[in-house]
Amino acid sequence: MTDFTDNVKRRMKISSGWNMVFTISTVIGIIMLILLLLNIINGAFGYVVIENTIEPTELVSSGNLDELQKEDLIGILEANLSKGLIRRFENEKALADRSKTEIMSLVFERIIEPRVIESWTLSESILGKKAIFTHCKEEYPRGHIQFRSWLNGNFLTKQQSSTPEFAGIRTAIIGSFMIIIITVLFAFPVGVSAAIYLEEYATDNRFTRFIQVNIYNLSGVPSIIYGLLGLTVFVRWMGPLTSGIIFGLNDPSTSNGRTILSAGLTLGLLILPIIIINAQEAIRAVPQSLRQAGYGVGATKWQIIWSHVLPNSMDRILTGTILAVSRAIGETAPIVVIGASTFLSVDPSNIFSKFTTLPIQIYQWTARPQPEFRHVAAAAILVLLAMLLTMNGFAIFTRNRLNRKRSAN
Amino acid sequence: MAEIDMNWYKPRPKYHEKFIQWFLLFCAAVSIFITLGIILILGKESLLFFKEVSIVEFLTSTKWQPMIEEFGVWPLLNSTLTTSFIAMAVAAPLGLFVAIYLSEYATDKVRGTLKPILEILAGIPTVVYGYFALTFMTPLLRLIFGADTVDIYNTASAGLVMGILILPLVTSITEDALKAVPYSLREASFGLGATKLETSLSVVVPAAFSGIAAAFILGLSRAVGETMIVALAAGAGPNFTFNPFEAAETLTGYIVRISGGDISYNTVDYNSIFALGLLLFLITLTLNIISRRLVRKYQEVYD
Repeated sequence: MTDFTDNVKRRMKISSGWNMVFTISTVIGIIMLILLLLNIINGAFGYVVIENTIEPTELVSSGNLDELQKEDLIGILEANLSKGLIRRFENEKALADRSKTEIMSLVFERIIEPRVIESWTLSESILGKKAIFTHCKEEYPRGHIQFRSWLNGNFLTKQQSSTPEFAGIRTAIIGSFMIIIITVLFAFPVGVSAAIYLEEYATDNRFTRFIQVNIYNLSGVPSIIYGLLGLTVFVRWMGPLTSGIIFGLNDPSTSNGRTILSAGLTLGLLILPIIIINAQEAIRAVPQSLRQAGYGVGATKWQIIWSHVLPNSMDRILTGTILAVSRAIGETAPIVVIGASTFLSVDPSNIFSKFTTLPIQIYQWTARPQPEFRHVAAAAILVLLAMLLTMNGFAIFTRNRLNRKRSAN
Repeated sequence: MAEIDMNWYKPRPKYHEKFIQWFLLFCAAVSIFITLGIILILGKESLLFFKEVSIVEFLTSTKWQPMIEEFGVWPLLNSTLTTSFIAMAVAAPLGLFVAIYLSEYATDKVRGTLKPILEILAGIPTVVYGYFALTFMTPLLRLIFGADTVDIYNTASAGLVMGILILPLVTSITEDALKAVPYSLREASFGLGATKLETSLSVVVPAAFSGIAAAFILGLSRAVGETMIVALAAGAGPNFTFNPFEAAETLTGYIVRISGGDISYNTVDYNSIFALGLLLFLITLTLNIISRRLVRKYQEVYD
C-alpha cells in the first residue's frame, strides 16, 4: 500500500514538472514576440550626433534662419553653391517661385548639410546617457547631440535618399499601395469564382479532386518560386504588355517589364490559392437550407449563388481576403526576383512605372553596412507593422465576432 | 373559368447560366495553369542549364563557383539543410509543447488570448524576422560564444530566428491534430487513474502522431523555402561548411542575390537560378505531399 501512495506522489511531481515545461515553452513564444517588437522600437529611436558642414551662425550672426526673408535665403544659396547647381535648381523650378519653406529646406540640405556621424539605439540612449554625452564632447567638439525619432513626419512624406537622415518612404508606400490594388483586382474575382465553381458546381470526380489537391500544393510552394514564374511570364514574355509599350505608354523610366503591373500580377498568383481556400470555407459555411429554399421558389442555380450564397458568405470571404492581402503586402522575395528598383526617388506615375515597396526598402536598408540605415529600416518596419496589424487585427476581430454570432444562432 | 397561361414555367434554355459556369470553371483551372507554368518554366530553363553543366556534377560536386564554371549544388543545399534543421530544432519541441499546453492544459480564456498572439507572430513579414536575426540574434550569439567564433553573418542566427518564424505554423497544425483526438480516449485514460501528463503524452500524442508529423514536415518545407531571413543573416557567397557559426549562402539566398542584380537573360548564371528553383520546388513539393498524406490519415481515423 505504501508503494502505491509513493508512486502517486512521484507521478504527480513529474506531472507538475512537465506542466512547467509546457508553460515555459508558451512563455518563450510570447517573450520572442515581445523581444522582436522591442528590438525594432529600440532601433527606431535614440541619440544621434549631428555635425553641420556650415554652422547657421556662419550664415547669419544670430544663427536663426527663420528671421530671414526669402530673398536673403536665395542670396545665401547663390553665395554658397556652385553656378551649375543653382542652374539645375532653377531648371526644376525657378527659385523666385518657390515658397520660403522650400528654399529653407534647400539651404538646410545643401549648405548647412547636417550629417549624423554617430547614432545610438534607444536602450543605449537610456542606459548610457552620460557616457554618450562625454564621448561626444571628446570626439566631436563641433557636434550637436539630439534625441532623434527616426520615425517622423519627414520620413513618411519624403522620397528615398542616399543619406539616411533624409531618407523617406513615400515612394515605397505609393508603390506598395498600387501593387496591392492590382493584386486584389486580379486575385479576388478569380479566386472567388474558382471557389464558387469548386463548392457549387463541381461534382466529386477525378478532375475536381486534382484541382483541389493542386490548390493545396500551390499554397505550399515557396514564394521565391512565384518570383521566378513572374520574372519569366510577366517580365520576359509579356514585357511589351507589362511595360505599356503596346499601349503607346512607353515611359522612358520603365525598364523592360519590371513594373508595378508585373509585381501586382505575380503577387496575385501567389495569394490566389489562399483566397480560394478561404472562400471555399466561407461558401461551405452557408447553410444548405438557404439553397433549398431558393430552389423551392424556382430560382436558378446562379440566381441562388448570386443573391443568397454570396451575400451570406461575403463577410467571411472578405476577412480571408484581408489576411491574404496582408501576406502579399509583406512579401519581399518574389518582388526582388521580379526586379524592384534598388534606388528610386521618383514616385511611380502609373502601373507601367518602375517601383519599390516598403519591404524592399526594409531589406535594402537592413543589408547596408552603415548603422544609421538600420535605424531607418527599423522606422520603416514600424510603419509596415502598423499597417499589417491594423488589417490583421480588423480581420481577426471580425472573424471572431462572426463566429460568436453564428454559434449564438 | 379563365384560361391560365401555363407557358410561364416552360423551361427556357439559359445560355448565360452555362456561360457563367464555364467562366467559373476557367477560374478554377487557373490554378492548374499556374502549376503547369511553374513546371514548364523551371524545366525549360533548367534544361538549358543542364546542356552546359552535367547533372552529375550539379548533384555531386561541393564547389559552387560560377566564375570558374564550377556548379556543384552541395554548398548551397548544405546550408539550406543546416538552417532548416536548426529551425526545426527550435520549432519542433517548442511547437509541440505549446500545442499540448494550448490543447490539454490551457483554459478557454488563456487559449483565447494566446491564439491571436500566435496569429500575429505568423502575420509578421519575413523581412522583419531577417532584421531581427541580424540586429538581435547575431549580436546575442556573438556575445555568448565570442566574436571570434561567430561570424557577422552565420547560419545559426538565421536558423534560430527561422525557428521562431515557423513556430506558429507548427503549433497551430499540431494543436488541430491533438484536438481531433476524441475525448473518449482521454476519459478512458483518466478512468484508469492516469494523470493529465500521462494521458497527454502516452494517449493523446501517440493518437495524433500522424498529424504532428505532418506539422513538422510542413514546418520543414516552409523553412527550406524561406528566403528573406537567410538573405539578410546567413551571408552572401556559397560556402561548404558544417559549422553553423560560419557564413554560408542557401539556395534561396543565392537566387535572391543573383536575380536582384541586373542579370542578362540566357546566360548560365540566369539559367542556374532556375535549376536551383527546380530543386527547391521538388524538395518542398515532396515534403508537402507527404504532409498532406499524413493529415488525411488522422482525419480518416477520427472523423
